[in-house]
Amino acid sequence: MSMSVTGRKTRAARRTERRPAIKKLIHSWQLYVLMALPLLYLIIFKYVPMYGAQIAFKNFIVTKGIWGSEWVGLKHFERFVHSYDFWRILKNTLILSFYNLAASFPFPILLALGLNYLRGRVFKRAVQMVTYAPHFISIVVIVGIIRELLDPRTGIVNKLLGFIGVGPINFMGEISMFSSIYVWSDVWQHAGFNCIIFIAALAAIDPALHEAAVVDGASKLRRMWHIDLPGIMPMAIILLILSTGHVLDVGFEKVLLLQNPINLKASEIIDTFVYKVGLTSQVANYSYSTAIGLFKSVINLVLLIVVNKIAQQSKQASLW
Amino acid sequence: MNGTLRNDSRGDKVFSLVNGAIVTLFFISVLYPIVYIVSASFSDSNAVVSGKVWLWPVRPTLEGYAAVFDYKMVWTGFKNSVVYTVTGTALNVFLTVLAAYPLSRKDLYGKNVFMILFMFTTMFTGGLIPSYLLVRELGMLDTIWSMIIPGALTVWNVIIARTYFQMSIPDELLEAARLDGCNDFQFLWKVVIRLSGPILAVITLYYASANWNQYFNAMIYLKSQDHYPLQLVLRDILIQNDVDTAMLAADPQDAARREALKILLKYSLIVISIFPLLVVYPFVQKFLVKGVMIGSLKG
Repeated sequence: MSMSVTGRKTRAARRTERRPAIKKLIHSWQLYVLMALPLLYLIIFKYVPMYGAQIAFKNFIVTKGIWGSEWVGLKHFERFVHSYDFWRILKNTLILSFYNLAASFPFPILLALGLNYLRGRVFKRAVQMVTYAPHFISIVVIVGIIRELLDPRTGIVNKLLGFIGVGPINFMGEISMFSSIYVWSDVWQHAGFNCIIFIAALAAIDPALHEAAVVDGASKLRRMWHIDLPGIMPMAIILLILSTGHVLDVGFEKVLLLQNPINLKASEIIDTFVYKVGLTSQVANYSYSTAIGLFKSVINLVLLIVVNKIAQQSKQASLW
Repeated sequence: MNGTLRNDSRGDKVFSLVNGAIVTLFFISVLYPIVYIVSASFSDSNAVVSGKVWLWPVRPTLEGYAAVFDYKMVWTGFKNSVVYTVTGTALNVFLTVLAAYPLSRKDLYGKNVFMILFMFTTMFTGGLIPSYLLVRELGMLDTIWSMIIPGALTVWNVIIARTYFQMSIPDELLEAARLDGCNDFQFLWKVVIRLSGPILAVITLYYASANWNQYFNAMIYLKSQDHYPLQLVLRDILIQNDVDTAMLAADPQDAARREALKILLKYSLIVISIFPLLVVYPFVQKFLVKGVMIGSLKG
C-alpha cells in the first residue's frame, strides 16, 4: 500500500520536473491566487518604502513628491557623519547594543542548563511558568514598572537599599545608570522566554551520551561542560549571528520611553534620533532622517553577511 | 534522565545544591517585583508611599482600582485596544495562512524567489520615514486602518506556519485529495486548516499579544485621543506622569494625599493592564512554547 503511494509520488514528481516553465506556472496558479494578497501587502508596505528610501539621496519636498525632488547625492550622509551628534550617537548605540548582547546572551543558556539539572518537577514547572511570563508584558508597562520601582522617594528598590544603608539613588537621573537599567531590565524580562530554545536543544541531546558518561564516572559538572554545552552550541551560534545582524537595532521603543532630559546624553541612539529628526522636530527633515536610517540598515545588512561568512568558514552552524 | 540519587557522588550533591540555589535566586528576582506591584496596588496609598509595603498588602483597599475605574481615558483606550487587537489579529492570521501554505508546497514554481522576497524584508527595511510617508499618502493617518493594515503580516510568523505545514501535512494526503477531485483552495480550507489547530493557536497568540502591546505605530499615526489604544493612554499616565488629578477622588486641598493616590493609581493600572495576560497565560503557555520550538527548526 505505502509502496504504491510513494511510487506514484515519485513518478508524479519526475513528470513535474520535466514540464516546461509555462506549464509549471499554470500548474501552480491556484497557489499564486492564494499568495496574491500577502504578496500585495509585502510589495506595498515593505518594498515601496524601500523604493521611497531614495529620498535619502534627494532633497525631498512634499509638493514635488519622491520622484520630482532633486538629487543631492550623499549630502545627507555626509552631514550626519560630520555632525556634532554623530560620534556620541554611534557610541551610545554600540555601547547599549554590546552591553545588552554580553548580558542577555549567556543568561538564557545558564538558565536552561540550570533547569535541566533541577530535581523537583513541580518547582521546575513553576520556574518556567513565572520566568516566561514577563516576555509578554508590553514595553510601556515594563518602563512604567521600572520607573515606579526605581523612584528615589517611593520606589521599593531604594527602600531595600536604604535597609543596608545605601542611597537613596536617583536611578533615572544618573547618566551612568542608563545603560544598566536598560540592559538588566531586558534580562529580567526576556531571559526566561529566551531559554526555551536551549531547553529544546538540550532535550534533543542523545541520552546515551549521558548514560555512557555516568558509567565512566563523569560528574554532573563535567557532563554539563562536555556534553550539554557542545550540544547547544550550534543553536547558540545561530542566535549570535542573528543578533549581530541587529547590532545597531537597539530596542528603540524602550529607549524612547526610558529617555528623559537628564539621561539624553547617554540614551540618544540612532533610531531615536531618526524619529526625532523626521517626525517630532520643528522643521521635520524627511531626507536627512531617512539617510540616517538607511546608514543604519546598510551597516546591519553588511554585518549580518560578514558574520555569517565567518561562521560558514569556521564550519560551524550558519544561517544560509 | 540525569542520574539517580543513589549514584550521586559528593561533588554532584554540591553541584545540585548550588544549581538549585542559583535557579531559585533568579526565580525570586523575577517573581518578587510582580508580587510587590500586585500587593502595592491593593494597599493603602500612604502605606505604599511611606514604604510599609514589602510583600503583602498593607491595610488593603480598592482605592487604586476605584481611581482607575473612574478614569475615562483608560476605558476608551481599553475599548480601542480590543477593537484593534481583534480585527488586526483576524486579518494577520488570515494573511499568514494564505502566505504560508503555498510556501510550504514543494511543487510551488518559483518558491525560492518568493522565499527570498519574504526573507529579505526581515534583513532590510526602507525605514521609518518612507513607511510614514506611505501611510500618509494612503490617507490612513489618524484612522483605525493605520493600526491594522501597515502591520498586517509578520514574516517570522509566516515562516513558523510554513514549517508546521511542511511537517504535519503529508504529500500523500494532497495526492489522495487530488484523486478525489479536490483543488488547492478546497484542500487548504477543508484539510489543511482543520489539521492545523495548534499552529493557528500559536500565531493567533503571537499576533494578539503584539497587537495588544503595540504603542509606537499608534504614537506616530494617531492624532486624536479618542483613537488612542490602551498602551498610549498608559504611556501618558505611567511615563509622562500626565494624570488628570480632577479625576482623582481626593480633596484637592490635600496635595500629599493626591500625590499618594496618583502613585497608587499607577500600580493599579499596571496590574489591570497585565491582568488579561495573567488570566490567559497559564492556559496558553504550552502554545507559546510550541511556537518557539517550531521556529527553531530549519525549514
